[in-house]
Amino acid sequence: MEITSAAQLLELCEKQQKSIPQIVAEYEAFLAITTPDAVRERMAEILRVMREAVAGGIDDQGEYAHLVKGYGQKVYQAKEKGRLVGGDVFNTAILYALAVAQHNASLGRIVACPTAGSCGVVPGAVLPVAEELQSSDEEIIDALLVMAGVGIVSASQGPISGAEGGCQAECGVASAMAAGAIVYLLGGSGETVFEAASLALQSHLGLVCDPIASLVEVPCVSRNATSAVTAITAANMAIAGIPGVIPYDEVVVAMKNIGRAMPESLRETSIGGLAGTPTGKRLYREMRTKYSLDN
Amino acid sequence: MPQISAFDVVGPIMVGPSSSHTAGAVRLGLAARRILGEPVTHADIGLHGSFAATHWGHRTDVAILAGLLGMSMDDSRIPQAKELADAAGLQYAFQTVDLGDVHPNSVRMRVLGKENSIEVVGASVGGGRICIYEIDRFEVEIDGSYTVLLARYKDQPGVVADITRILASYGINIAFMKVSRKTRGSDALLVAETDDPIVDDVLELVRQLQGGIVARRLPRF
Repeated sequence: MEITSAAQLLELCEKQQKSIPQIVAEYEAFLAITTPDAVRERMAEILRVMREAVAGGIDDQGEYAHLVKGYGQKVYQAKEKGRLVGGDVFNTAILYALAVAQHNASLGRIVACPTAGSCGVVPGAVLPVAEELQSSDEEIIDALLVMAGVGIVSASQGPISGAEGGCQAECGVASAMAAGAIVYLLGGSGETVFEAASLALQSHLGLVCDPIASLVEVPCVSRNATSAVTAITAANMAIAGIPGVIPYDEVVVAMKNIGRAMPESLRETSIGGLAGTPTGKRLYREMRTKYSLDN
Repeated sequence: MPQISAFDVVGPIMVGPSSSHTAGAVRLGLAARRILGEPVTHADIGLHGSFAATHWGHRTDVAILAGLLGMSMDDSRIPQAKELADAAGLQYAFQTVDLGDVHPNSVRMRVLGKENSIEVVGASVGGGRICIYEIDRFEVEIDGSYTVLLARYKDQPGVVADITRILASYGINIAFMKVSRKTRGSDALLVAETDDPIVDDVLELVRQLQGGIVARRLPRF
């Protein structure tokens, strides 16, 4: 059994008359020499940690983070006071994504998805939708298997690290994975899952990885929130019948090629982009001096 | 190309912020602790390259200490590792080192326990994966996917046969094995990666072989 592209995954579903979550669970069971039920149990553990990270990031003030402190609390308070525009799902997505990404920056326990730097996108986008739809845990686990399926085909054909592909390979792929999961929760078809994934990744093409002072904080944490919202937007578009036009497999290859064309200074080296601005450089100098091992 | 697992893209479950600079660093410390085989009392930790440059941002130092204390990469006590090290009486020092032309995320850990001491050099190679590439100045290649038996002995005929015989008699299958020495007749190291766990009796029998063998094991991690 092999899953290396969206086309292949959808063909397997068609041939065996099974859903994406069923096929992904069977594929993983085959790879790990275990049972589909054991795979689902592991996904249940992933869901538990995602929920804990949301709660943790809203509660904690980012004690161990350097720049992103109290982001979860700030959005929570503003939302409670009714100061934010937009629907509840969107604002909850912003809250959850920021909370998880801040929790990561502050040495909290998270699920790398696909990376630690983009860990807030999937819980940020998927959990608020699941809450709105009152999905059962079993349904959410199915959606997370769909999300993993999108991740598997992405990683099979392109990079999933900022060092190789820039932020499009981290937050972009995370957003595509989340969009696929949301379409599944909304009852969309396997084809629609990948239309949404295509739309989500398209909105991230060209996005560079330029973190200030080598931290996973600015702009990473706020980008987790915008990527989560983009995932919901892409899923809504796909459900409404807007096509991705370019198949997801081809968008991933385009993303890979764009990553290759990106100068190294914009691929997680903290040299160019925001890291190279006067303020970015000043913050780096200040922290490097403060924390030098040789002091 | 190896097939991608669902949990390659969804996971690991880890304490942030960085899979390579934090999660991988915890695993490197834990590997050193496990090879030592007893609680660490002293640790001299040299950070190389990117580890040295960005340790403060990703808490690489705290992460390595957490590993040396026996924590796994998803242990929520990781942020308190320095305080816990102090409470446990673990004395530690960090410094910047230049280990030469090696992986940028490399660390050299010289660790002491009540009984033993060991020097371990390794790198965090991405996504929380690690590679131990030097133990006590011997070149090795250990990534934690197998149980490892390490045997340090004086180079002489028959030792390798004795050790493999002991493993065979316990039904332990060797997946990979490497023997190296400094010079003929001097210190030698055998590294056997096995499909099955190394039980206490095996370790004891290897230690009882002629020639003062120092045997250690490293479970899969």
